[in-house]
Amino acid sequence: MSGRDPDGLELAERVLRHAEALGATQAEVLVGETESRLTRFANSEIHQNVAESNTMVNLRFVDGRRVGCASTNRTDDGALRRLADSAARIARLMPEADEAVHLPGPAPIAYVHGAASVATADATPEFRAAAAREVIAAADAAGVQAYGSFTTDLEHVALANSLGVRAQEARTWSQLLTVAMGSAGEAGYAEAAAVDCTSIDAGAVGREAAEKARSARQPVSVPPGDYPVVLEPYAVVDLLDMLGYLGISGLAVQEGRSFFEPGKVVGSPLVTIVDDAGDVAGAPVSFDYEGVPKRRVPLIEAGVCREAVYDAQTAARAGRESTGHGLPAPNPYGPFPLNMVMHAGDASRDELIGGLDRGLLVTRFHYTNPVHPKLVIVTGMTRDGTFLVEHGRVVGPVRNLRFTQSYLDALAGVQAVGRERRLLRGFLGASLVPALRIGAFTFTGATEH
Amino acid sequence: MPDLTDRALDTAVQRGATFADVRQTRRAEESIAIKSGRVEGVAFGESEGFGVRVLVDGAWGFASSNRLTVAEADRVAAEAVRIARASATALRHRVQLDERPPARGTYRTPVLEDPFDLSVERKVGDLLAADEAMRRVPGIGFTEVRYDAQREWKTYAASDGSLVEQEITHVGAVIEANAVNGDDMQRRSYPDSAQAAGWEWVRGLDLAGNGERVAGEAMALLAAPQCPPMRTTVILHPSQLYMQIHESCGHPCELDRVFGTEASYAGTSFLTPDGLGTFRYGSELIDIVADATAPGGLGTFGWDDEGVAAQRVPLIEAGRHVGYLTSRETAPRIGRQSGGAMRADGWNRIPLIRMTNINLLPRPGMSFDDIVADTDDGLLLATNRSWSIDDRRLNFQFATEMGWQVKGGKIGQLYKNPTYTGITYEFWGSCDAVADERSYTLFGTPNCGKGEPGQNGHVGHGASGARFRDVQVGVGKW
Repeated sequence: MSGRDPDGLELAERVLRHAEALGATQAEVLVGETESRLTRFANSEIHQNVAESNTMVNLRFVDGRRVGCASTNRTDDGALRRLADSAARIARLMPEADEAVHLPGPAPIAYVHGAASVATADATPEFRAAAAREVIAAADAAGVQAYGSFTTDLEHVALANSLGVRAQEARTWSQLLTVAMGSAGEAGYAEAAAVDCTSIDAGAVGREAAEKARSARQPVSVPPGDYPVVLEPYAVVDLLDMLGYLGISGLAVQEGRSFFEPGKVVGSPLVTIVDDAGDVAGAPVSFDYEGVPKRRVPLIEAGVCREAVYDAQTAARAGRESTGHGLPAPNPYGPFPLNMVMHAGDASRDELIGGLDRGLLVTRFHYTNPVHPKLVIVTGMTRDGTFLVEHGRVVGPVRNLRFTQSYLDALAGVQAVGRERRLLRGFLGASLVPALRIGAFTFTGATEH
Repeated sequence: MPDLTDRALDTAVQRGATFADVRQTRRAEESIAIKSGRVEGVAFGESEGFGVRVLVDGAWGFASSNRLTVAEADRVAAEAVRIARASATALRHRVQLDERPPARGTYRTPVLEDPFDLSVERKVGDLLAADEAMRRVPGIGFTEVRYDAQREWKTYAASDGSLVEQEITHVGAVIEANAVNGDDMQRRSYPDSAQAAGWEWVRGLDLAGNGERVAGEAMALLAAPQCPPMRTTVILHPSQLYMQIHESCGHPCELDRVFGTEASYAGTSFLTPDGLGTFRYGSELIDIVADATAPGGLGTFGWDDEGVAAQRVPLIEAGRHVGYLTSRETAPRIGRQSGGAMRADGWNRIPLIRMTNINLLPRPGMSFDDIVADTDDGLLLATNRSWSIDDRRLNFQFATEMGWQVKGGKIGQLYKNPTYTGITYEFWGSCDAVADERSYTLFGTPNCGKGEPGQNGHVGHGASGARFRDVQVGVGKW
């Protein structure tokens, strides 16, 4: 696998020794070595094309009940010693905390297969440019223009702590997304993501977006109001991300800002969501950023809240074990479910749409933001393909609408779940999501396109 | 390190680049997070590296690395050229840059109290005092205090002979009180802003002195009635107006977005070049500038990240759209010179067109209080809570932390969960009062997202407050 030698664990152990020499009672070192590449296209030509090589070293230095954190991307020994000095100095200037610091102890890690792909790690600019040309060719054939990006990333993650945790893993990620847009602004969207970039069919992604853009020509206005909807997976991923971000976190629960209570009914019986970093159909990961093995966590089962996710500190407060959802320290935001998987249903896409007497088919959401975090009321826009459905058939495109909607109410209103799922990256992580039919969705405004 | 930048430029040119520039950047960051009296995290981070941007056969390539060696400069420059050649296989228009004299010089943010020299102990102590002040209010759920400082040392060099060195320092802070009751949660914060300055700016905020007020207002919100749906007059306090400017003027004035190069991520813009100079964006009271020279602004610098000197560019004059945020590549396409708005989020990112300080100019005549006193019936909205706008920057919706009824020129009933929505040019067209300089405040937004891979921008917004007629408020089901 190309990129730098995976010497992250050796680097982590070196920093650990520096920290211990400075008197750390506990210490944790996280090393991330990345080779990130992205080719971006717009107006059917490549306009940005970038590459990055970097190594980040992050130290959590514990002195009794005091903690200091420091990070650097310099890996010479002098820089690593300064890193330890900085973290130690911060820790010793801290007031003593009321609660003990809980770094996790060692636990056997069952390494997942398929976390990394040699093809993605070795992907060249010529490979990404060829994929961009395929997407552009599909747009040309449909008489629209292509906009999008193709990412191929490699990351070696290594972690060592003074309690004996040792973990390292190579991870790759690739994602091709495109918006096809016509001369009047009609647009369609498509995306594919995979650990192995060679499994992405660029032509198919391009054709899906281009066909949708063609079918979105000459939209009509529909008045805002309550409509039943079919949400494509590109929209559903936002539902999961917002729920995960605002509520399905041990810290959010502990601070009283979450809707999440084990046993509470929040969704239709058709809704089951787990966090499963071991699912090879997703983006597999073996351990979190504290070196804790990832555990499969049932978040919502048949509409009922089951279990939130925890890192070492929030787990200790709750008197339980970490679920393997820690993020790099310091982390005031808490643990998050980064590998959500929504169970598939049995409906085809046509059956989902066929169940709408009069409703909307929504391709994608845009710029969503919480209006009330605890009620998970979110506002956002539709974009890149919104269609009116009557008597179970798509009758034509409509101008984009603004929604202001409780995502909890949306979850409760799920009437049918698609049987096909897509691996998509939202703002929180990599999720495996189906399309949904929802009984009512509140649209509160309209725009001009 | 001139050896490294010179070597990267030489290698790029030798391998076929017709233009190359290199930015070597070192960034130091310090963050302090306090939650409900507990120091949740104190961190110091540094990141250093260089990025080489090249034009080959009319196409762009960029590569970057954290390894500061001459050998790595050769490798990265060669990789940038190879990437540019790959770009050229899907190119329909060769990139043309505007002409500008080589940039030479230095710039440094004026700082009175260096935030990196001040002891962590002192800073944590001041922030804990603010947290404690909030927690003195009975019933408060949880509190947060966050502080961030960032300093960048940047060297920019280009194949045209440009060489610029800059040292830019930003600090930001917020205190936040959250009141919780059952399914309801209300947040009140102050000031959630940032500045190009030192610790003196944080000290001047008097966070501890505002702690009890902020927490008391959070508790008051919990008991307040829901903001009713209606069409009414809205007065936006500067603490909300800055975000309205950010989303509905700053972003749509980015010329790269206008030309579609952000379409796949953040979208495009309704401010198309055919309306430049004529499009009625707002009422005649609206004058908005992009000012990279404004003292203290997060968008203030000496030169942008392609060596164009900082300047003040009119965007909206007397309500008409007259200008854009531009780059050396985009400006010639509308027959202009770059306005110097290309900024990169560190050594490992290309510069993109970003906001500088997008300021709504105050108007002599009425103070903010005069505007309130002049309003018979309306709503006063303060402190942004959430924001959303469509992919052409037309349909927006904002929520604020506080909303007060205004009746007969007096501030009355407090409402919770206030929201308002509209269409950008209709909203700005309905503005019939802009406050004078007495309430003018320069806000800092240190979390403006743009680009793929993602970049975080630090931008500034000056606002004094303004009044808008016939606005839809109280959106959604509650």
